[in-house]
Amino acid sequence: MSNEATLHGQHEVIHHGDDHHGNGHDHDHHHEQSFISKYVFSMDHKMIAKQFLITGIIWAIIGALFSVLFRLQLGYPDATFPWLESILGHWAEGGRITPQAYYALVTMHGTILVFFVLTAGLSGTFSNFLIPLQVGARDMASPFMNMLSYWFFFMASMVMMASFFVQTGPASGGWTAYPPLSALGDASIGSKIGMDLWLVSMALFVVSQLLGGLNYISTILNLRTKGMSMTKMPLTIWSFFFTAVLGVLSFPVLLSGFILLLFDRHGGTSFYLSELFVKGKVLPNEGGSAILYQHLFWFLGHPEVYIIILPAMGMVSEVLAINSRKPIFGYLAMVGSMFAIAILAFLVWAHHMFVTGLNPFLGAFFVLLTLLIAVPSAIKVFNWITTIWKGNIRFTPGSLFSIGFVSTFISGGLTGIWLGNSSIDIHLHDTYFVIAHFHIVMGVSAFFGMFAAIYHWFPKMYGRYLNQTIGFIHFWITMAGAYLIFWPMHYEGMAGMPRRYFDYSGWESFKMFTELNQFISFVVIIVFATQLLFVFNFFYSIFKGRKVTTTNPWQATTLEWTTPINPGHGNWPGEIPEVHRWPYDYSKDGKDFIPQTVPVSADESAH
Amino acid sequence: MATMSAQKNKIHPHKFSLWIAMGSITMMFIGFTSAYVVKRSQANWQSFELPSIFWISTAVILASSLTIHLAVRQFKQRNMSRYKQLITLTAILGVLFTVCQILGFADMMKHNLPLDGPVSASFIYVIVGVHILHVLGGVVTLMVMFVRAYRTRIRTYSSVPVEVAATYWHFVDLLWIYLLVFLSLAR
Ligand code: HEM
Ligand SMILES: [Cu+2]
Repeated sequence: MSNEATLHGQHEVIHHGDDHHGNGHDHDHHHEQSFISKYVFSMDHKMIAKQFLITGIIWAIIGALFSVLFRLQLGYPDATFPWLESILGHWAEGGRITPQAYYALVTMHGTILVFFVLTAGLSGTFSNFLIPLQVGARDMASPFMNMLSYWFFFMASMVMMASFFVQTGPASGGWTAYPPLSALGDASIGSKIGMDLWLVSMALFVVSQLLGGLNYISTILNLRTKGMSMTKMPLTIWSFFFTAVLGVLSFPVLLSGFILLLFDRHGGTSFYLSELFVKGKVLPNEGGSAILYQHLFWFLGHPEVYIIILPAMGMVSEVLAINSRKPIFGYLAMVGSMFAIAILAFLVWAHHMFVTGLNPFLGAFFVLLTLLIAVPSAIKVFNWITTIWKGNIRFTPGSLFSIGFVSTFISGGLTGIWLGNSSIDIHLHDTYFVIAHFHIVMGVSAFFGMFAAIYHWFPKMYGRYLNQTIGFIHFWITMAGAYLIFWPMHYEGMAGMPRRYFDYSGWESFKMFTELNQFISFVVIIVFATQLLFVFNFFYSIFKGRKVTTTNPWQATTLEWTTPINPGHGNWPGEIPEVHRWPYDYSKDGKDFIPQTVPVSADESAH
Repeated sequence: MATMSAQKNKIHPHKFSLWIAMGSITMMFIGFTSAYVVKRSQANWQSFELPSIFWISTAVILASSLTIHLAVRQFKQRNMSRYKQLITLTAILGVLFTVCQILGFADMMKHNLPLDGPVSASFIYVIVGVHILHVLGGVVTLMVMFVRAYRTRIRTYSSVPVEVAATYWHFVDLLWIYLLVFLSLAR
């Protein structure tokens, strides 16, 4: 099917003439669009991308605010904040967060950040925005499904949001929702209606991810412009491709786990529930296995962390190459290592379950496979460093965040190797060491990748620049803050401080961390304020930012910069350009950069 | 489509998306059946005979695969009235299949195997139930196709939507065969 047909609605009306790649038609006819079809139920991938981004930003503010609230409890367990009572009501009676509210905040923080911000907000935004623009397509394979993907995400958001306002509060059994806690309404008030809403919301979210993922894969494989062979694709596209494959294969398994959980909650089944006492009563359930849920959850859960990080990796590769004016080092090795990561991601889930009584013999295999992931990860790190090595680096906020990404990915990846050894994990599991590990390697790194991408592609999205000075302030405070917050947590974890506790002041062994916890919470507040500065910059610049005056402001080679400054639906007013070379011809044969659309000349050296 | 001419050997993106979706649905059932395998290896697993009506439903869904196959043929030959009859028949067979499965549930309940009974029975309800939902999704698609065939304003000559629907239908059929074989062997 031609690109043209994707735009012109769902019915496959007969087309005359064989305009291959849909280039023949004049695509300049701008049908008058209503506000609703342009901004709300839009089928333009660029608008859908912005919808994902802005929804993601709103969620990020909420999710981060939640972490500020529970950090207040952790840093200042004895203090009271009367204003908390005025915003949280009886959840913060007397100005102190109740234990129940604390668990709800922690659970929602994890759910929101992992799924709604770093999955939907990150890969949803940039897969949508960049895939058609960088492969040279007018839109996605199915713009309609793409629109549905956003609206399913929107519905998931609404349901989750609604769960904040029910009387018994939102789900509060952790972002992993382990049974039996999550299966029994009597076990915790957060496992009542809040948990049902959580499950419904997550089911809608899975549907959204599947619709999106289908489209991304199908577009990348079928709608590339002439000359755009797979090995001429920018690494961003490769990363979105592997991300989508991971999502399409692992989210359904999560859904099956959730369906069984729903039956345990409401159908009286015993998939996960075994002989249990709750509130002094013996439950009728027999012979269920709570570990079964963990297998189903982590079969998604581990690929999910790569779903989060792969797009960031791809975009960082791109931003680093452009801003060091050098070709990416080891293009094929980069693709190969992403492929290896994608395969291994399915084979290591049990490293989250080393202490569940897993057969140690089996554990040994999972240790081996887990440590193997370090190999492709290290290859990528070396390639990023060699890419910027002796480069003519332009320090934009985008490139700084990319360099920051490489730094945090190294620090967090190294602690992964500790955790991947099952014997060390017996001590470290469920401590702050794990919190430190995954916040640095996933949370901070993925955010840095996202920030890099936002600073870099904002001019393409809105035709204006983000303010650079605010960008630099944003980067340096966030970078320093991230390490100040999470680095000390390694020590707390090694000292055995468990995660998910409400108050550590009762333990003699953790008294030594009182000031450290205060310090962390203090930095959290500063970093949070800095993010608000970024949000201000974002919305201010949409309307008032410095205008982009050239189509290719970063002197980049890829196709999105061959479109007009504010591309319409269909992206290119005329024909879709043809591609002749790979996307990383920087500083080649004396030229600063050569766009992908320039034919390879006879006297040119091959890359 | 005529515009396909330049990419004749390429698979249509909608068909392609369907294949990915089928992979995705398969993964969900692999999730269920692996959970089943894990549970089965644990203590207190109670095995029982599957309701015999499941074999009748198998015959019904196999027949429906045949009718939809013929429907695609008739569509390609622009035999629209035969086409409409055949997709109606397919949809009816789909509903019949669902009825048989539900009778199977009733049979299990009669034999003291309710949803909240032994976990081996719970699995049957959940797995077969989720499969039924996929069949019903196919029935709804067929109804949409049926209405479309009456549309005069926009005439569609492309067989892609019909083929997509047929492929999906064969897929839920095969999925059932897999589940039936799995559930009867791994009891
Ligand atoms: C060198 C590669 C890595 C290794 C060997 C590794 C290993 C591990 C291990 C063994 C755990 C379980 C710790 C425990 O619960 O006791 C873990 C937790 C985790 N890892 Fe990694 N990891 C690596 C890289 C990553 C990356 C790249 C990400 C994300 C982008 C990530 C995200 C997570 C998350 C989210 C958790 C904690 C989930 C939770 O319990 O809430 N890891 N990692
Ligand atoms: Cu993992």
